[in-house]
Amino acid sequence: MEKFIQLLVYGLQLGSIYALLAIGYTMVFGIIRMINMAHGDFLMMGSYAVFFIVSLFFADQMLGPAIALFVILAGASITGFIGVGVERIAYKPLRNRPKISSMIAAIGVSLFTQNFFRAIPFIGPNPRTFPKLLKDVLFYVGPIQLSLVRIVVIILSIVIMSVLYFIIMKTTIGMEMRAASCDKDASSLMGINVNRVISATFFIGAGLAAISGAFYANNYPVLTVTMGATLGNKAFIAAVIGGIGDIRGAVLGGFIMGVIEIMISSVYSELAYGISFVVLIIILLLKPEGLLGKPMIEKV
Amino acid sequence: MNWLRKNSEVIILPLIYVVIFLLQKNKILNNYVIQIIMLAGVNIIMTQSLNLVNGMTGQNSIGHAGFMAVGAYVSALFSKIIFNAAAMPPTMQTIFFLLATIAGGIGAAIFGFLIGMPTLRLKGDYLAIVTLGFGEVIRSIIRITPAVGAARGLTGIPKLASLFWIFVFVVITIYICRNYMDSAYGRGCLAIRDNEVAADTMGINTSKYKVQAFVTSAFIAGIAGSMYAHTLRYLHPDVFSYTKSTDFLVYLYAGGVGSISGSILGAFILTALPEVLRFMNEWRLVIYGGLLVIIILFRPVGMFGGKEFAFLKLKTGGIQHIGFSNLFQRKTKKTIVANEEASR
Repeated sequence: MEKFIQLLVYGLQLGSIYALLAIGYTMVFGIIRMINMAHGDFLMMGSYAVFFIVSLFFADQMLGPAIALFVILAGASITGFIGVGVERIAYKPLRNRPKISSMIAAIGVSLFTQNFFRAIPFIGPNPRTFPKLLKDVLFYVGPIQLSLVRIVVIILSIVIMSVLYFIIMKTTIGMEMRAASCDKDASSLMGINVNRVISATFFIGAGLAAISGAFYANNYPVLTVTMGATLGNKAFIAAVIGGIGDIRGAVLGGFIMGVIEIMISSVYSELAYGISFVVLIIILLLKPEGLLGKPMIEKV
Repeated sequence: MNWLRKNSEVIILPLIYVVIFLLQKNKILNNYVIQIIMLAGVNIIMTQSLNLVNGMTGQNSIGHAGFMAVGAYVSALFSKIIFNAAAMPPTMQTIFFLLATIAGGIGAAIFGFLIGMPTLRLKGDYLAIVTLGFGEVIRSIIRITPAVGAARGLTGIPKLASLFWIFVFVVITIYICRNYMDSAYGRGCLAIRDNEVAADTMGINTSKYKVQAFVTSAFIAGIAGSMYAHTLRYLHPDVFSYTKSTDFLVYLYAGGVGSISGSILGAFILTALPEVLRFMNEWRLVIYGGLLVIIILFRPVGMFGGKEFAFLKLKTGGIQHIGFSNLFQRKTKKTIVANEEASR
């Protein structure tokens, strides 16, 4: 039982990383109906951005919680602007083309960024060690050993998601996003600047990916240029499990994925990646639109 | 004679083989170049297989390396067991190599049926996601199965594939794909690609046609896997990862989806390109990725999308790319309004 709760905490923490990443997939899909294969690379860029900020300005010193948060947010905004730029250059010209074209463009962007980062000298192909942002404190609740950083990551992710939910439900830009995901052409006729909305979506998506990258790197402190690929795939599965296009679904799917992965890898680690796909296939066969998704009605 | 005129790929592609063979005999092409040509041949077979599903039937499979993995491992195990059992003359070796290849194809086709049967009934992008999942599940299963070498990889596969055999299978694949497209089944697939609901209304059994195309495609992918295994003589599960699947997607879409010539040239050019760019060291894949984005931005249908070499044109006329007219034109406000009105 203690082991179960401990694994649950680990799972929820990994799940919060997946959830933050899956939100980006789901938001982009909701608005421009495109699977952004390069989304995992935003995570990679984000964690490198945080890494460079820390090693440039705060070399070898422990950060306080406020500074750590500030650094992460700075990395997130840098990545957010990169995300907007990528959308402007590579995806915008393809917006009215078949979806698969923009997916191939995204694969191209992903190939380009990974290899570009590998090629430029100050990043290079060798893995970097991510500095510890916060001093970890272990404490006990009864017989269960808990780590403060893990709990903080879970709570912080939930706070970020709630803020995002508030932005989408209550603010003007959120309302515009919902309108654009409902019907892009009609909302543009209603005076919504769809380009601005899409840019905002990419900014938020890439920023959240960067935050999740920082959280991930804080726990598994090895940075490589290809770290985003596997994580991106898993987050994509999480978004699909929850029902792609629905933010609550992405969060739910992310937590499900994280918990399942940790539980299974505690039994047999080789199987974890495969099992998550088996879960995906089963859920899709039983409920093709995902757990919280609404069935799409095909109009003729 | 008439048959030869209609199936001119059976003459023209062997002529290319003869040229390469002569160049090889006269030491103009070294073994390194020949190896790249062989791998390009394997990629051409895979891209043809992907074209059957993505280009002709309009379903998005993004995990085709999974079928290639099944074909590769089944055929490699088959030939390993046979060839370890007894030494045999070259003729028998060739026969067993062909049997192993067909076994690999059938193995992949069975998986294609098992995957396609439930998922092709669903609408939308679910096939894409399930095939992606399938590829990864196959890879994890291989990684934990000691009988196929698990994570160490499968070694000691006899080297049986040669430039000649790869060319033979490339020609057979192109012949099959071209004739498939020209048959009643292929027409059904093209109709499904262009408008599934309309095809259904016209009495085409859409799930049946989709499953048929998918199983054929998986069979061809299995054959490509067998060629791959018997060329490189070493298989590792991580080779058949999601990255491999995206490679084939890139060949197909940069080459020209729906076009047989496009998928041949896409696979060939993009296999050769990283090797040609080798002098740029680590920058070569940066340029590769950048070029891919540029191709898609400036020619979204791919380099040869909607075009076909004269000798690969469909025998009965130019119906092949009819559905791609809507790929070429930008979706204007006018067509959107027309669609909206039609839906009311």
